[in-house]
Order: sequence, then C-alpha cells, then structure tokens
Amino acid sequence: MNSTNSAEKPTTAELVERSLAKRRASEWRFKQMGRASVAVGIIALLILFTQIIGNGIGAFRQSFIHMEIEFDPDTLGMTEVNHEQLALANFDGIVRNGLRELFPEVKGRREKRELYSIASYGAGFKLRDMLAADPGLLGQRVSVKLLVDDDVDTYVKSLRAGDPYEDRISEAQRKRIDKLLESGALKLDFNTGFFTSADSAEPEQAGILGALLGSLFTLLVTGSLSFPIGVAAAIYLEEYAKRSRLTDFIEVNINNLAAVPSVIFGLLGLAIFLNFFNMPRSMPLVGGLVLTLMTLPTIIISSRAAIKAVPPSIREAALGMGASKMQMILQHVLPLAMPGMLTGAIIGMAQALGETAPLLMIGMVAFIAEVPAGITDPATVLPVQIFLWADSPERAFVERTSAAIMVLLAFLITMNTLAIWLRRRLERRW
Amino acid sequence: MNSWVLIVLMAALCATIFVAGRSRSLNVATGVGGTRYLNSLPFYYGMLSALWAILPALVLVTLWKIFDGQIIEHIVISELPDDVVFEDASQRGLMLNQIYNIMNGQLSADAAPAYLADSVARLQALKAHADLLVAVLVVMMMVGLGGFAWWRINPQLRARAQVENVFQLVLLGCSSLAILTTIGIVMSVLWESLRFFHAVPITDFLFGLEWSPQTAIRKDQVAGSSSFGAVPLFAGTLLIAGIAMLVAVPTGLMSAIYLSEYAHKKVRAIVKPLLEVLAGIPTVVYGFFAAITVAPFIRDTAVSMGLDNYMAVTSESALAAGLVMGVMIIPFISSLSDDVINAVPQSLRDGALGLGATRSEVIRQVVIPAALPGIVGGVLLAVSRAIGETMIVVMAAGLAAKLTANPLDSVTTVTVQIVTLLVGDQEFDSPKTLAAFALGLMLFIVTLALNYVALHVVRKYREQYE
Repeated sequence: MNSTNSAEKPTTAELVERSLAKRRASEWRFKQMGRASVAVGIIALLILFTQIIGNGIGAFRQSFIHMEIEFDPDTLGMTEVNHEQLALANFDGIVRNGLRELFPEVKGRREKRELYSIASYGAGFKLRDMLAADPGLLGQRVSVKLLVDDDVDTYVKSLRAGDPYEDRISEAQRKRIDKLLESGALKLDFNTGFFTSADSAEPEQAGILGALLGSLFTLLVTGSLSFPIGVAAAIYLEEYAKRSRLTDFIEVNINNLAAVPSVIFGLLGLAIFLNFFNMPRSMPLVGGLVLTLMTLPTIIISSRAAIKAVPPSIREAALGMGASKMQMILQHVLPLAMPGMLTGAIIGMAQALGETAPLLMIGMVAFIAEVPAGITDPATVLPVQIFLWADSPERAFVERTSAAIMVLLAFLITMNTLAIWLRRRLERRW
Repeated sequence: MNSWVLIVLMAALCATIFVAGRSRSLNVATGVGGTRYLNSLPFYYGMLSALWAILPALVLVTLWKIFDGQIIEHIVISELPDDVVFEDASQRGLMLNQIYNIMNGQLSADAAPAYLADSVARLQALKAHADLLVAVLVVMMMVGLGGFAWWRINPQLRARAQVENVFQLVLLGCSSLAILTTIGIVMSVLWESLRFFHAVPITDFLFGLEWSPQTAIRKDQVAGSSSFGAVPLFAGTLLIAGIAMLVAVPTGLMSAIYLSEYAHKKVRAIVKPLLEVLAGIPTVVYGFFAAITVAPFIRDTAVSMGLDNYMAVTSESALAAGLVMGVMIIPFISSLSDDVINAVPQSLRDGALGLGATRSEVIRQVVIPAALPGIVGGVLLAVSRAIGETMIVVMAAGLAAKLTANPLDSVTTVTVQIVTLLVGDQEFDSPKTLAAFALGLMLFIVTLALNYVALHVVRKYREQYE
C-alpha cells in the first residue's frame, strides 16, 4: 500500500511541470489585462477626439446666400443716410424683396414667411452696416453675401453626410434650397464670423470672440497675481521659513487647498467678492481673483520644487562672496529656478483656462452679446460658453459647441507643449 | 477720479522718490569719500525711500476701497435732522435705500420728506469729492513719508537690512495667503451654513429623504423643512463616484502595472503622456461628451435590450456621468500608482523572480502588497476628486433628486445642487441659497478628511524603503 502510494505521489518537479501551463496562461491573461486597460484609456481618448472633431469641424464653414439686393429708398423708408434713419429703416424689407426676386412664384402668407426664413435674422443688420459705411449705396443694386438661417445651414451641411436633417425644413423649402444650391447662389464658405463675433441667440451669428477675450482677461488677472504671489510664497517657505508651527500650518494648508473641489472656490468667491465686497457679477476681474486663489497652491508647490532643485553650493558661493540673503535669492537662485517656476505656472494657468464650476457661481454665465474690452466689462469665458451652448436646444449649437471645444483644446495643448518645451530647453542638471 | 489715474500717479510718484533717494545717497557718499563708505548700495537707499512712500499709501487706498461706501453712508445718516430716529438697523437700511432711489431717479423726490433732498445732494457731493480727497491725501502722505525717509538718508543708515526685512515680511504675507484662503472658505461656508441650520434643523438636513429646495423660494415658505433632506444627494454622489471608481481603479491600476512592469521603454514614453492628456482635458468637455454621445448611447442600448420594461431608463443617467468621470480619473490613478509601484525596491522583485515566480505572480504577491498603502492613498484622493467633480454631473446626470440605486436613472449630486442653487440672481437670505452653503460645508469636510487621510497614508508609506 505504502509503496504504491509513494509511487503515485508526484515529485516537486512534476508538480511544477503540471502547474506550469496554468501559471503561464494566467501570466498571459494578466499581461493582456494590462494591455486592455491601456487600450481602454487610449480608445476613450480617440473616441473623444474623433467625436469632437467630427461634430465640430462643420462649424468652421458656414452657408451663405449670394444674392442681389436693391437698397430701395422706398422700401427702406429712407430719404438720406443719417443715424436716425438708419436705426429705423426697414432693412428686412429689402432682404425679403431680394428673396422674392429669386422665387417669384411664391404666393401666400405662409409660403412667403417660409421663404423669408432662409435668410438669417442678422442679414438686415449686415446691410445696415454696409449702408452706414458707404452712404452712396442708397438706391443702388448690389450683389451681397448674407448669412442663412441655422436650420437651412444645418440642412445644407447634413446633405454632404448623406443623411439629410429635414426635421425643421418643409418639403417646399427644401426644393428651394436645392435649387439655390444648384445655381450656386447658396454656398459653404469659411466661417469668419465664428472667430470675430460674440455670443448670440441665433446660432448662425454666434461666435467665440467674446468668450475668448473674456478668457484672456481672466487669465491676465490670474497670471499677474498668482505667479508673483506664488513665487514669493515659495521663496519664503524654501529660503526663509524655519520649521515652526506657523510654517507647518502653512504647508498643510497649501497641500489641502490644492485638493479642495473647485466648486468650493466658487462659494468662496460668491461670499467674499460678491456679497462682502459688493463687486459686480460677470466680471473677469472677480473671475481672475477666484482662479488666482485656486491656482496658487499648484504654482507654490511647483515653484518650491524648482527652488529646491537649485544646488546649495550656488547659495553658499553667493553668500561667500558677500551677497546678502535677498541678493543671493534674487540674483542667483531665482534665475536658475525660473524655468521650473514658469513650467508650473503655465500648467496652473492651463487648469485655470479650463475651469468652469467656480465661474458659474460668480455670475459668468450671463448671456453677453458684446465683446468685452477690459477686465471690468461683463464677460464670459470659453469653458462657460461651451457649457451655455451645450445647453441650447438648437441643433446648430452642437457643432458650434464642438468647434469651441476644439479651440479650447488647441489652446490647452499649445500651453502644455510650451511647458514641456520650456522644461526640455531650459532644464539643467547639476 | 478714475482709479487708473490714481494707480499711475502713485507709481510715478514712487519711481520719483526712488530716484531722489538714490541720488541723495550718492550725494551723501561724495561727502564721506565715495559709495564704498556707505552702509548699503545706493539702490537700497532709493528702495527704502520708495517703500516708506508706497506702503502706507497702499494700505490707505485699500482700506478706502473697502469702506468708502459705509463711511459716506454714515456721514449722510448722521447729518439727518435730529427728529429722525431709527429703532433698528433695518430702518436705517430702508432710509438709505430711499436716498439711493431718489438719487438714481427711481423715486420722485417730491414724494419723500424734504430733508431727504438735502441728504441726496449731500451724498452726491460726498461721492464726487471723496475720490479726489483720497487722491490728494495719498499724494500728500507719499510725499511726506517719502520725504521723511529721504531726509533721514545718511552713510550710517542700514538701508539694506531694513529693505530686506520688508521684503521678508512681504514674502511671509504671500505665503500666509493660503491660510487666509482656508479661513475665508471656512468662515464664508460655515457662517452661511449656520444661518441655514437656524432655519432648517441639522437633523432634517442630514437625514431627510426628500430634496426639493425650489418649493421654498420665498422666506415665508420655509414651513416645509422636509424639502431640505440631503440624503438623495449623498446617495446620488456616492452612486456616481462609485461607478467612476469601478471604471477608474481597475483600468488605472492595470495600466500603471503594465506600463511600469511590462511595457517597453519606447511604448511607455508614448503611451504615458497620451494617457495624461486625459487628465488635462477640461471637465466641461467631458460633460459635453457625456451628455451628447455617451448618455444617448446608453439609453438607446438599454431600450433596445428591453431594460425599460423593468426599470427607469432616462436620457440623463448616473451611468453616463460615472463612466465618463471614470475615464477622466484613469490617468490620475495610473500616475499615482505608477509612482508607488516604482518606489518598490527592485531587490524584492529579484528575490521573488529568483524563487521561480512568474512576473504576474511577482506583481500580485509581492509588488502590489508592498505598494498597497500608497495605492489606497491614491484611490482615496481619486474618490475625493470624484465627489467634488461638478461639470460632468451637471451636464450629464440630471437635476432630479431621486433616491435610487438604478444607474440608468437620473440622479443628482451635492456639487450639482450647489451650482444650480447659486447660478443666477438670488435673494441671499432664503434658505434655498443658504442650503447651497450647507452642502458646500459637507463637501468641504468630506473631501478634506479624505485628502488628509490619503496624504497621510501616502507619505507614511513612502518613508518605508528610504
């Protein structure tokens, strides 16, 4: 019995041999799981980018209708070109006349109204600006290029994809548009308006310039406050502070602030700047202040790392030559630490550029159709503009939202590339 | 007077005083035999004079900018006729409002008592003169104090030491800003929360099952305090954060393991920054993506599978928000885990490999257990991020406060409610807006605790192998 038992009992080598296939399979599975996880991240990134680009690329082109317009003094109700008459004149009337000329067969109120809706609401304003710039046009017949309504634009663009979006366009209207497209009167063209105008309730007229400048002014405030303050704080903590309760407390605070949810900074801004100091809503100055408080920890932490990386020998040499501590810091440590500090600052600014939640709370969600001219003008910022457009029911805003996202991402990628380039270029090893 | 004019004026004056101080020190130096006999370089004498001029002026201007309204109002009120008496502060406020309304033309001056017309005139006059007065005061102060510093310059004056002391104080002030910010957050959030808990009992808030703040828009409607039960919000937050963690923790961890243990150096150099792009994308972009692409896809899939017969399937779902948030957090988890995995000493791996373990066995049985505290810390940090994330859930998860565990239903979170309660104009005394601050307090406490524990765990672990 015993002997048979021991004969059946496998040796260690056999055991290992037997389990080997299983272990190898599990090794293979584990490795594939790792591969799959990496793939999940990359695929998510690809889907995100293709979706955004696929949705948004269309917004860079826009349908325009090329047509003859007569600046007919009777229809306009103008006798001469002056400020008062320009404000009251019936520019929509001459747009309608022009459209009726293209389709003389259209009869009946409903049909006509539908025909008129081809042109954008903004077409009249464009003609007014033309006339104001050149009063000689009164009574003349000129060929102009006008924006079309967003529904028409969406339909025209969807034709290319082979899946026409017809929900908001009637059968008769579609025929008219097809005819215009055939004759070449309706054409897609580069959409300059997207980059040169501010927000508008009409998708075809809405642009990102207002939000872009709002972002710029906000970042200007953030940058000019958070960088010097952050660097100063880092210098104090690295070069002057002795380990005491106060400095420990400051350190813990900075680390904690870096991880506080951004929405809390919005609450802070609302309570302090708006309610306590009575600052107005929607102001890039206030937005900049809130974002300063938010990015400060990031900048302090990276600046400290940069200062720490400067070798002590440099400090000792400067002090040995008779420099004072301030001279040592300003003339020797800071220039050497500057690249690292700038990198940190750019990354902090990139975060601030993409931030939305705290700005919602200090009122930067207002609908603002004017381009801001300074840090105290009402403004919105790019991410908030994206949020607002994403909420709009018009289908044409989807592509504009995606296009605005592309612009925002382009800025972020530029900033991050700049940070990486700066680090590579100016990095020094001792 | 425009504030820009004042700023330019102050800067110009400051520069002039600097130049004056510097040249005086040079003059003084010629008397004692050259600059080398001065205590400090001429630059520091100039700096010292300029600091004397500018610092007190800055304090004055700042104080003025903060308190100008109150001071002017106080003067106007104190000059009212003696027979006008106020019983409390609110009457005083009403009177001020009346004055302002007359000034802005919203209220006819005829309807108001005659003495108010005088007050309006006084207020306008004060407002017009006040800025000019302050500017004159500032200039006089700068010239006076700067001049005093200039007059004091002599070869023995320790200008450099004094300038450097000021410099150090300014630096200390800058780093204390972090404390001030924290105090600001705590004070503002706590203060408003206390006012909220005054109107709504804290137990109702913490344990109530119904959240419908919109029903209590006006102050006199507080009665239904049960509408401020935050449990559905906490549940929604946990549901979404839980889904996000289910996505992010395994993928992030496995990515980190693959990239640090298996991947070729070149692959790692390309893939790691690519993954990190995910962390740099603004959350509003993720929100848009979740709302436009992911949420409809999930709803259509669920409907086509016939799930809508058994449970609620909505176009805004916890699942969509959670999935996208998970993707956002992947690089966060992977880079934190990467750090701690790399910190595990190679000798441990070599030992295990030498005993015949396969690489996956080494990772599972040696590396991960050794790195576990660090990984847990990273996960806690990620949880705190998921809880505090706002835009994705605002755009993709909906506003309906439901107590549900169904991921296909719409839920709402603490951050979403904070934003929706505070966006737009609102009356600041209503419990509806104060509720947002109470939620903010909860969020602050929870994330702070998570961060504190996480940082503590990560730091403690890191020291083990050093």
